[in-house]
Amino acid sequence: MSTNVTEDYIDASGGDWDAVVAAAQASSAERLVVNMGPQHPSTHGVLRLILTLDGETCTEARVGIGYLHTGIEKNMEYRTWTQGTTFVTRMDYLTPLFNEAAYCLAVEKLLGITDRIPERANVIRVLMMELNRMASHFVAMATFGMELGATTVMTNGFREREMILDIFELVTGLRMNHAYIRPGGVAQDLPSGAVDKIRELLREMPKRITIMRKLLDASPLYLARTRDVAYLDLAGCMALGVTGPLLRASGLAWDLRKAKPYCGYENYEFDVPVSDGCDVYARYRVRMAELEQSLRIVEQCLDRLAPGPVMIDDAKVGWPAKLALGPDGLGNSPDHIAHIMGGSMEALIHHFKLVTEGFRVPAGQAYAAVESAKGELGCFAVSDGGTRPYRVHFRDPSFTHLQSVAAMCEGGTVADVIAAVASIDPVMGGVDR
Amino acid sequence: MSLNGQGKPNSDEGENLPARAGEERLSSPVARTGMFGARTTGDTSGYGGLLVRRPVGLGAERPFTDPDDPRTARFDAVADALETALGDTPASYADTVERVVVDRGELTFHVRRAALADLMRVLRDDPALRFELCLGVTGVHYPDDTGRELHAVYQLRSITHNTEIRVETSCPDADPHIPSIVAVYPTNDWHEREAWDFFGIVFDGHPALTRIEMPDDWHGHPQRKDYPLGGIPVEYRGATVPPPDERRSYT
Repeated sequence: MSTNVTEDYIDASGGDWDAVVAAAQASSAERLVVNMGPQHPSTHGVLRLILTLDGETCTEARVGIGYLHTGIEKNMEYRTWTQGTTFVTRMDYLTPLFNEAAYCLAVEKLLGITDRIPERANVIRVLMMELNRMASHFVAMATFGMELGATTVMTNGFREREMILDIFELVTGLRMNHAYIRPGGVAQDLPSGAVDKIRELLREMPKRITIMRKLLDASPLYLARTRDVAYLDLAGCMALGVTGPLLRASGLAWDLRKAKPYCGYENYEFDVPVSDGCDVYARYRVRMAELEQSLRIVEQCLDRLAPGPVMIDDAKVGWPAKLALGPDGLGNSPDHIAHIMGGSMEALIHHFKLVTEGFRVPAGQAYAAVESAKGELGCFAVSDGGTRPYRVHFRDPSFTHLQSVAAMCEGGTVADVIAAVASIDPVMGGVDR
Repeated sequence: MSLNGQGKPNSDEGENLPARAGEERLSSPVARTGMFGARTTGDTSGYGGLLVRRPVGLGAERPFTDPDDPRTARFDAVADALETALGDTPASYADTVERVVVDRGELTFHVRRAALADLMRVLRDDPALRFELCLGVTGVHYPDDTGRELHAVYQLRSITHNTEIRVETSCPDADPHIPSIVAVYPTNDWHEREAWDFFGIVFDGHPALTRIEMPDDWHGHPQRKDYPLGGIPVEYRGATVPPPDERRSYT
């Protein structure tokens, strides 16, 4: 590692520490350039911050990403449109259902079937997305607490999230990486017992949120670490493309669920929490209030759940098999197997064609966006008329928001860098895709 | 093998449309021959002579607003405002916008790359347009679209008017330069770096156009369609699983 010392510059970005110390002692330089990450517990995964420090003050903050790039967008070009959901759910792994919803809305727009999605499927989508929003916000607060040293907040946050993941496991079969929302509807109906379990969550969760609020809302330590820290006002948000809780914490009540409703969000009553603090505390308050609004929406979803199909009534698009839980796990329902193996040759051919070849999507391009827990999650899909995407691109909110680290951190202290990054709530799986 | 044979779409709008559409269809590039990926003499599919052409990107004519489709309600207003606003600048509407596409309730302006930066500034600043939020840029690679192989697609959102539009521009593979709009929308900093990284589009005027997702010393731009994909070596008599783009497929 280089230990070249210029007049006011020491490179401490790695190497032998003794050499760095010797170099520091040999000069009067006060400025340090240090790497924070990519393997650092408080950088939310493999995020690399390159900080220039003058004592405790951070004079320059740069962000290095790409350590979790897995080529999801490229991979999807060699899989069918339905298989795409399995990839996108792994991008931002804390908001898998939003990824799936954005992707499926784009595919449905390309197919021109947006209005034909069954009502029940839309209600289930909203229900799952709102539960997912809560799970994501709990992790945001839990990791934030851990990074500031409040481990109770961390354990509480993950405990609350676990309740939601239990519901996900019951409904989709998996805690994460669900591939549950599919083009045309959802993979399967809610199993028996799911509604009861969600009602139990609705009873229990307000108490848990109150506990979290008691821990943090007025805690002097928490306020000292978050008030007036990482300031980003509305003009900054607009210039940097910042959306979601960060934008709403700078005073603009912009929410795609209200502005451009999708999946029937116009039928639900809820408020868009706003704060004009522009700081880390305001973002925390907005997320907390959103938890309560999500509970309201989930409750309305349960009231709106009417019996009906959960996959589009179009044999050319809708997945042919119904899933059922057998003794060896979740799989094709025995009825369907009996039908295609013993009853109808045509049904077997149809099943085979749709599953292996997939459906064709008319050529064109479409952009669909959802208000994910982190901001506007957009999916831009291009079809050339084939059974596989020609190009899919995701506008991930975390990717865009990380650009604002420099604006939030420069001039502040090193400790505030941690708070700033935590308040952005980036997930590197989504950033790097 | 391109639109109009010269890579210039629809220069003379409104002239004998149906017949022209037919001619363009026949001159549009062939996307696929045959079916099921069968290319050898063993093709027993019966589809060996099939020619599937790429769709012709016909520009839309006024009015852009379809009274039956509420999603298109503001399209004419946006186009009018853009025409008025561009009238004030040296680059007039006709010089800037090559064609307009209205499809699936979305409005796309295909613009000349030279006029992109001025256009973006107008879109952001004009009170009747006010596209405050740029949702980034992404590339799409069309190797068959000769002279316009690389497309850059910008998604813009107006919070004031609750409208969204798409701006699309293109550049040839041989001269992959598109002006940067980071000066207008700072959020596009990383998005342009990503498009450079994955497609090799050089955004002129970007403050620091470096790779963002791939390692700094990486060769090639992985999301281009001509990027070589690796096969997977399998330990069985030296056999290799072919790369995904060479496997038998249905598309």
